[in-house]
Amino acid sequence: MAKFIGTVVVDKDRCKGCNLCVVACPLKVLELSVGVNVKGYHYAEMKSPDSCIGCGSCGVVCPDAVLSVYRVKAE
Amino acid sequence: MAEVALMKGNEVVAEAAIRYGCDGYFGYPITPQSEIMETLMIRKPWEETGMVVLQAESELASINMVYGGASSGKRVMTSSSSPGISLMQEGLTYMAAAELPCLVVNVMRGGPGLGTIGPSQGDYFQAVKGGGHGDYNLIVLAPASVQEMNDFVGLGFDLAFKYRTPVMMLVDGIVGQMMEKVTLGEFKPRWTKEQIEQNAPWALTGKKTGAPAKYITSCFLDLSQLERVNEHLQAKYKVMKEQEVRFVNNDCDDADIVIVAYGSVARICRKVAQLAREEGIKVGVLRPITLFPFPTVELQRLAAMGKKFISVELSAGQMVEDVRLAVGNDVKFYGRTGGIVPTPEEILEQIKKMV
Amino acid sequence: MEVNEMIKPENLVVGRTSVLKECPMHYCPGCTHGVVHKLIAEVVEEMGIQDSTIGVCPVGCSVFMYNYMDVDMAEAAHGRAPAVATAISRLNPDKYVFTYQGDGDMASIGCAEIMHACNRGENIVVIFINNAIYGMTGGQMAPTTLLGQITATTPYGREPKLHGYPLQITELIAQLPGTCYVTRQSADTPAAIRKTKAAIKKAFMNTRRGVGTSYVEVVGTCASGWKLSPENANEWMRQNMFEKYPVGDLKDI
Repeated sequence: MAKFIGTVVVDKDRCKGCNLCVVACPLKVLELSVGVNVKGYHYAEMKSPDSCIGCGSCGVVCPDAVLSVYRVKAE
Repeated sequence: MAEVALMKGNEVVAEAAIRYGCDGYFGYPITPQSEIMETLMIRKPWEETGMVVLQAESELASINMVYGGASSGKRVMTSSSSPGISLMQEGLTYMAAAELPCLVVNVMRGGPGLGTIGPSQGDYFQAVKGGGHGDYNLIVLAPASVQEMNDFVGLGFDLAFKYRTPVMMLVDGIVGQMMEKVTLGEFKPRWTKEQIEQNAPWALTGKKTGAPAKYITSCFLDLSQLERVNEHLQAKYKVMKEQEVRFVNNDCDDADIVIVAYGSVARICRKVAQLAREEGIKVGVLRPITLFPFPTVELQRLAAMGKKFISVELSAGQMVEDVRLAVGNDVKFYGRTGGIVPTPEEILEQIKKMV
Repeated sequence: MEVNEMIKPENLVVGRTSVLKECPMHYCPGCTHGVVHKLIAEVVEEMGIQDSTIGVCPVGCSVFMYNYMDVDMAEAAHGRAPAVATAISRLNPDKYVFTYQGDGDMASIGCAEIMHACNRGENIVVIFINNAIYGMTGGQMAPTTLLGQITATTPYGREPKLHGYPLQITELIAQLPGTCYVTRQSADTPAAIRKTKAAIKKAFMNTRRGVGTSYVEVVGTCASGWKLSPENANEWMRQNMFEKYPVGDLKDI
């Protein structure tokens, strides 16, 4: 089976820090930031980017559509 | 050659709607106006013009179907009688705020409450003072004949779209129920999609590439934005007051006493004026056709000539307040309620007391 | 591979649909409304029907849905969206017409309108968000509020003697001959959300068939109204809501 690597781009100023993406990630790639965005929310960011397989779960559950998930086949 | 028919006022509303290119009728049965929807169902205009006719589950649903149809730029209407019109007030205030055109026919019956099915003009305040919550008005047309019930369908739609506002045809049960000779209008096709986009560019017709999506709403949480919406509506009503006042002046200019009356009562009062003149009392009848906007300026012109006024109504004294606002407090009132119609003789008695 | 090399349009697997406007949604963090708005927008984009879709918004938290969806929309009075949609659909049979309502709007004040629109088999898509509470007005009891559930107007829990029973309106709707597709889904996990999207898509596709009303209930959360974190709200929903409101198709003709 082909392996994938992925990455998540967070539109951090639109993120409301609901944490649903963090929970949805099967590989615990994401966490909420220590700092806050312009709205005062702790926003989602990649804690362990190397673990991301680009499954898209975080983007699917995001109520504000602030996550873009990219995926490529691992070389 | 114009087509002439003998029809009930209610029936002619249905015929006129079909002939004027109405797109949809949504209604709920209530006496004394059920003939409107019954006539439409017999006529089956969906086979002829494509007009949609639907019996809704309630007056609430009817008026909100009208809201939906109007949102998409269609010429839509409903009809009901007093208790049903009360249920429609929510929809009407939303439509006034969202600036949606429509025609609502109210064939009034005696109230308050469930009241009676006899004729009445007891919904005057509700019709001309807004009716629902908030600051708004409807254009209110008051026909006095079957011919006018025919003519005001087209006029109503034209005014509704000209001003983007609900228009109410306020009819007493007599005019709705009586049969008269009527000259029917020519057939006009329903608006095409292109005509709707031209005549109602605000309408929901589907998002166009490169243009923003449109929306219809009456919700403005920002206080100053809502005040601007109100100012816009008031400016619109001011134009109506300047340009859309309609009335009939029957021999008022040489009269000493002016009867102000609308609908079927105005016709009774024409008889009163005739009887009075036979006895040497000069009486005229001023019949408002538009109850909003009200013929205030005409009344003031007559008042400046030193005339006395009496308002005669099938209500407990509603229109008289607008007459008094126009010409001052010295206005006599005579009215009957409960579905009872006054005779010319009893009105004449009141006139004689004014001499 | 460098991260920057990955971030290319051809590698995008989940992104923001263009049918959602740029305007940030006003919903509380974790709100189900955002998820379902997104799903509807994605379906409209995938079906290529942005120019022929007309939506009807409710009164409630999603009253401003027209600020977020880049399709023509009408804002209906409280509960009346199915009546508004009825006329739009009948007068514009070439359009995809959908309503979007919450439990208070649709199952309480608008009970008559939804029943009769579905019973007439209007060719519309009904999206029903059931979070068992009135969100916008501050968390009062909804018709779907569970027995024992604490809300602002059931501070000691919903009690049948005092407040009546939770209304399974979707089960009632499924019995109406006018409906062709009645389903209940949820939006708590990636898998559930994908299923919900498939259901919404099926409902919109049904408009082309013109065989009746398609109805999709989404059991959702109201983290603020329930006074839970978004993830705990999802857990509460799974433990409490699904028993009364089990997910799955009730009707599919």
